[in-house]
Amino acid sequence: MELLISIVKIVVVMGVMLGIVAYIVLLERRLSAAIQNRIGPNRVGWQGLLQPIADVIKLVFKEDIVPYKANRFIHDLAPIISLAVALTTFAVVPFGDKINLFGYDIKLQIADVNVGILYILALTSLGVYGLTLSGWSSNSKYALLGGVRSSAQMISYELSMGLAVLGVVMIAGSLKLDAIVEAQAGWKWNIFLQPIGFITFVTTAFAETNRLPFDLPEAEPELVAGYHTEYSGLKFGAYYLSEYANMFVSSAIITTLYLGGWQMPFVHSFGFSDFWISIIQVLGFLAKVIIIVSFFIIIRWTIPRFRYDQLMNLGWKFMLPISILNLLLTGAAVLWGIL
Amino acid sequence: MKQKPIVHRKDLHWWEQFYIPQIINGMRITLSQVFRPKFTRQYPEEKWNPPSSFRGRPVLVEQNGVERCVACGLCSRVCPALAIDVQASETELLKERYPVRFEINMLRCIFCGFCEEVCPEEAIVMSKEFELVFRHQEDAIFGKEKLLLPADKLKDRLEFLRKNR
Repeated sequence: MELLISIVKIVVVMGVMLGIVAYIVLLERRLSAAIQNRIGPNRVGWQGLLQPIADVIKLVFKEDIVPYKANRFIHDLAPIISLAVALTTFAVVPFGDKINLFGYDIKLQIADVNVGILYILALTSLGVYGLTLSGWSSNSKYALLGGVRSSAQMISYELSMGLAVLGVVMIAGSLKLDAIVEAQAGWKWNIFLQPIGFITFVTTAFAETNRLPFDLPEAEPELVAGYHTEYSGLKFGAYYLSEYANMFVSSAIITTLYLGGWQMPFVHSFGFSDFWISIIQVLGFLAKVIIIVSFFIIIRWTIPRFRYDQLMNLGWKFMLPISILNLLLTGAAVLWGIL
Repeated sequence: MKQKPIVHRKDLHWWEQFYIPQIINGMRITLSQVFRPKFTRQYPEEKWNPPSSFRGRPVLVEQNGVERCVACGLCSRVCPALAIDVQASETELLKERYPVRFEINMLRCIFCGFCEEVCPEEAIVMSKEFELVFRHQEDAIFGKEKLLLPADKLKDRLEFLRKNR
């Protein structure tokens, strides 16, 4: 029975997540258009709501081109790594409290791993293989430069990310994401307790997901399309999807670590039944994630791309010391019992 | 190659060097653009009405049911793309000559407007039509029946031409 519940959870969460990711693509296109005083795709279906389906159909029927003298096996493998990493990271993110369905208490989290945060850090670090291998196997100078840049960028930002997360771990006293969410009950959200850590983590999340202002691996004006220059058809689709899935997952992680996860303050005071409270909590979680995703999109059209040396300077000379400082402050606060 | 030194701004307050208030201000500006009117024209539903100086597809001006053209062949001579083909004949009307055949190959036409400029009778002018789609190459050769357009539909252009003579 446990296994069956797990399988159902995986299938449902995967389906819902892919749907949400497809509509994040539409959200990005519409919001970008609105920011640039355009309308954006509004022809396919009502207000363009069927646009993601049309995009996928187009990508499926495109020709799959592999460059001359490219390493065929790795060229095929790289997008799969990227997509798999992006999708599996969500497994440990709790998106709701326990829900009672058909007499079973179902925990709204696919896998309750003891070392949830380590799992997330490990998998997001694996994501760099997808980019670097694609750059290396494409036999193209632009792709190679993009891949090399992505690996250097990931290394310099992973450290500050880990140190920023440590502050949250110290407050919650556990690596379990569940416990971290529970520690933020009420208004004790980590964004208020850890503003420096929040800013550091969000910045590193931008670098991890290769979004502007840190999208050096695919900087269009310099590198054509960076690491996925030589990809077309469904494999390009996998990269496109994994970029947005990464955005969704890192927004979910930011929500879990800093914005109280599925916790909705005051939801118990309205007197709903337990079932509806769970549903509201899941929807609240999704709303928080969508707000963070919109934040990602607005930032894209606000800040210009960093130069490579600026990126390195920011990562090593600014983010790292500030996250260590944050760690010290949090440690002192926990030691003297302020937090 | 000697690299230019990186210039660090000294006049920034330490608080400004965090850039976070600036970023928030920038985001406010970005977000305020969302609520401004859109520039997009919803094309097939909302058509563009070009100004009278616009050079669309060339047409023959029709007056009192006949074309003004006297088949002098100047437009055909001046056409840099060799798109116009005229064959003249005689008629009982006052103008004595008329084109039996007048063809413009719209695949060759470059919309330069020389034909209109050279025409002594103001018989060939550029219209406001810009939607030209063909399924076959043969369809792109416009004969007299497609080129003729009554003069009152071309008022804008004719007035423009007279004003700028």
